[in-house]
Amino acid sequence: MIQLDNLTKVFDTPKGAVTAADNISMEVPAGEICILLGPSGCGKTTTLKMINRIIRPSSGKVFINGEDTTGLDTQDLRRNIGYVIQQIGLFPNMTIEDNISVVPRLLGWDKTRYRERAREHMDMIALDPDAFLKRYPSELSGGQQQRIGVARALAADPPVMLMDEPFGAIDPINRAVIQDEFLKMQQELKKTIMFVSHDIDEAIKMGDSVAVFREGKLVQYSTPDDLLAAPQNDFVESFLGEDRALKRLNLVRVREVVSDDIGTVSPGDTLETALARIDDYGYQNAILVVNDKRQPVGLISRALARTTKGFCRDHLQNVSATVSLDDDLRKVASLMFAQDITWLPCVDAKGRVCGQITQRAMTHHLGSRFRPGTTDASSSHVATEE
Amino acid sequence: MPIQSLKGGFRLLVLVAIFFAGVWTQSSGVIGDFLFYLPDVQFLAVQHLWLTVLSGGLAIVVAIPLGVVLSRPSMARVAESLMQILNIGTTIPTLAVLALSMSFLGIGTVPAVFGLFVATLLPIARNTYAGLKGVSPALMEAAAGIGMSPAQRLFRVELPNALYVIFAGIRTALTINIGTVPLAFLIGAGGLGELIFTGIDLYDPVMMLSGAIPTALLAIVVDALIALIAFLVVPRGVNPSRA
Repeated sequence: MIQLDNLTKVFDTPKGAVTAADNISMEVPAGEICILLGPSGCGKTTTLKMINRIIRPSSGKVFINGEDTTGLDTQDLRRNIGYVIQQIGLFPNMTIEDNISVVPRLLGWDKTRYRERAREHMDMIALDPDAFLKRYPSELSGGQQQRIGVARALAADPPVMLMDEPFGAIDPINRAVIQDEFLKMQQELKKTIMFVSHDIDEAIKMGDSVAVFREGKLVQYSTPDDLLAAPQNDFVESFLGEDRALKRLNLVRVREVVSDDIGTVSPGDTLETALARIDDYGYQNAILVVNDKRQPVGLISRALARTTKGFCRDHLQNVSATVSLDDDLRKVASLMFAQDITWLPCVDAKGRVCGQITQRAMTHHLGSRFRPGTTDASSSHVATEE
Repeated sequence: MPIQSLKGGFRLLVLVAIFFAGVWTQSSGVIGDFLFYLPDVQFLAVQHLWLTVLSGGLAIVVAIPLGVVLSRPSMARVAESLMQILNIGTTIPTLAVLALSMSFLGIGTVPAVFGLFVATLLPIARNTYAGLKGVSPALMEAAAGIGMSPAQRLFRVELPNALYVIFAGIRTALTINIGTVPLAFLIGAGGLGELIFTGIDLYDPVMMLSGAIPTALLAIVVDALIALIAFLVVPRGVNPSRA
């Protein structure tokens, strides 16, 4: 757990005192990732760096796992906090192994222990220990270097990690991969993490909670979904972007929206049955055909069922797409837009049809969580439409 | 041997020239003349090297800590002005420095070593300072954030990363030092300058060259030696010659 209590930093500049962080109080529960988000110069990095005293607080306190860090020796404090920076900062004069082992060695671990730990961490970040441990940072790509940067920060198993735009300098494709890897690692490690970002999409993807900063003040601190659904003021709203409703698509899983009320026919049914069922369920275009294992095998369109006679099995059209319960709504929306459809069947892990998801259900789910009564026109517009 | 290109022809020409130069030196007895000075050269070269080792060693021992101290954040305010003073110091001709040190310390080895020391100090201090200042701030932040003490940062991060630049300074300084030692003869410290200046005074080119050629060779050898040490000592990750 990280707890900040009225943390303040005032910089003395030639133009007078500048308050970079103004009475920041917040708490990150153990095992969660909190994203500090905001435009540059908003105080998010200052706040982060006050926790490990790269920047000395003007006033206020930092508690880590309930313990006031004010009295702790700076070196001791830092050795128990993993630190990852955007510029990576691997030591070019050391091998990868030495880089990862820096903190354990500072802590006086014995050689076999920190070497073993280095190998474990290489496995964790999906780099082959034998191939990489003896190499130097300059021989690695940026993405590989930052993986090592993360491994170095984790080497001594600190309960808390501070990450200052850790993936900011990595190309978008690699960044997504590293973000996913990191989230997977975090599921096992359960570190308490503060993570600075200026990228709203990264914040939504990585954060259990998001703290939005502006001009040294903490403006809003909430879960990503709450943030997007109910921005506290105009600044937060404009920072989130006009497509914030779309961004929420990332956060919602099919599981939460799916309706298990789906009408299907089997290949042995006649087209008449199919037409009747299409009408029963009020489908506009087509009905899904499933086999006896409830796997989707095809579609019967309304037009076809109305004009043709015979069995469904002889007139199957391809199922254009299905989604699984753990997909996010962004993927669903993308499939719908790409194929000009408003409806998709959902399958479970074994490929069995277990429900359907409609555009209507999606907009309803998202819209119902937008806070009515916000002064902003566009959000109330969405809210009233439902 | 067919000549296939201009380059090949040029090479052949050089070989022929070297051959005839050899024939001429043999027939004219120049080699014998040079050999006459061999015992002198041996004695004076040792003296010469000794002056370099003393003044250069002293300069390294003083200049590197000086550069380290000046590069500390607490010295940031005075460091630049001190560096400027050192830079002005470099512009004083070595001969003048030797003359000045003679007027304070008399003649002999001591004033010569002192004068050479002053001339050698500056490039090393400057490179040490520049090398340490050149270590990327991100690296320093990472080192601090990880929990290294200031001393650990200096010895584990800053110095290893600045080492290549520091060695470059030492190379330059010692090469210049060897080339300057002949001047030390003028204030009575010996060295190969004895042959050079006496040869000039006596209009004896052979004598002069017996001093000048070994001086040049010594400079080249020392330069190569330090390059080799740098190659071996500077960590592979920050060593451009081993990349």
